[in-house]
Amino acid sequence: MNTNQIHKAMMVLALSTSFAAVAADSAVTDSDRIEQYREMISDGNPAEFDEMRGEELWKKAAGPNKVSLEQCDLGKGAGVVKGAYSELPKYFKDTKKVQDLESRLLTCMTTLQGFTEDEITAKPFASSKKPSDISSLATYVVGQSKGIKMAVSTKHPKVKESYEIGKRIFNYRAGPYDFACSTCHATSGVRIRMQDLPNMRSSKKDAQIAYTGWPAYRVSQGLTRSFQWRLNDCFRQQRFPEPKFASEATIALTTFLAVNANGAEYVGPGLKR
Amino acid sequence: MGNPMKIRATAKDGVTEVKILMQHEMETGLRKEADGTLVPAWFITEVKAQYQGRTVLDGQFGQSISKNPYLLFRFKGGAVGEKIAVSWVDNKGDSRTDEATIAA
Ligand code: HEC
Repeated sequence: MNTNQIHKAMMVLALSTSFAAVAADSAVTDSDRIEQYREMISDGNPAEFDEMRGEELWKKAAGPNKVSLEQCDLGKGAGVVKGAYSELPKYFKDTKKVQDLESRLLTCMTTLQGFTEDEITAKPFASSKKPSDISSLATYVVGQSKGIKMAVSTKHPKVKESYEIGKRIFNYRAGPYDFACSTCHATSGVRIRMQDLPNMRSSKKDAQIAYTGWPAYRVSQGLTRSFQWRLNDCFRQQRFPEPKFASEATIALTTFLAVNANGAEYVGPGLKR
Repeated sequence: MGNPMKIRATAKDGVTEVKILMQHEMETGLRKEADGTLVPAWFITEVKAQYQGRTVLDGQFGQSISKNPYLLFRFKGGAVGEKIAVSWVDNKGDSRTDEATIAA
């Protein structure tokens, strides 16, 4: 992480809220201020640049097979992007797997375009030096579900199974600190430093807000981050071994969190501190 | 040439509101790589907005502005359907100009 960028982000935060702070009483919390800051720049979310980049990549012929991803089936038929994210994860007959958006993109990039899985999964996340194609593609796809309600079906037994596995992982305590996701994310009204911790196990509202705001532009990193990245970083915070990109465990957790967010309008790509 | 900006302009009650999102690294010149080498300064120094040949905004930017800067300003006048042009120049001499049509 880049402390310089954090300082700058915090300065903007301080500047943008100083007027409000004078007018309001002292009950204005840090999270209120972050919320104000978020609102202020929400119609100027730099994630839009990543959406643009993703859209170009989607339409561009690439890989050894020199084809675009326009025939990629994200679950609503070949080439249908609109509303696809609101229904993922889903069971896919061709791969015989439950897949989230990123693992499905990986399937399309390997089967249609002819990339090898290793080429893509070696560095699946963006850095300040190098953007990530799969991540930008995901940003584009999620943007096409903006305003559409989350509706992940657990009718298929494999999806139901994935949900149950995700739930178990969410509550599974291990590692040097004996942490589970639930250690940090199953109590309401708590925070770490300035970050409110959503209660994704028992608060429907928290689960919905937490899920539907990702992928997101991280102001502190100057990068748009995917959901796989979010999970990866929480595994790190939990002092667990790094999960494999698009692995069954990460998809199961995504299924658990996405189903808990059902009914909420998808509002991403979002904006985070 | 830099990357495109996103510009949104709306006119209402004789005032035009312009929202600009720029793509720029905005390196301060103070940050170091993990190996200790200094990342050279690279930031926008000047932002200008023109409406029908008239400069409606002339601003100086510096190191304290964040990466991918967002700027909102208003000016008197401006008609729906007309164009507003925004340009920036950075300390390496690179520049970028983009236009937007004023909406209602
Ligand atoms: C040590 C505490 C901790 C543990 C354990 C932890 N997280 Fe997190 N999680 C956080 C913090 C802190 C944030 C907010 C991060 C930020 O703003 O930088 C967060 C954010 C999130 C978010 C995004 C919420 C939002 O509103 O943006 C999701 C989703 C999430 N975590 C999932 C998980 C999952 C799944 C696990 C288990 C693999 C997990 N977390 C384990 C601390 C933790």
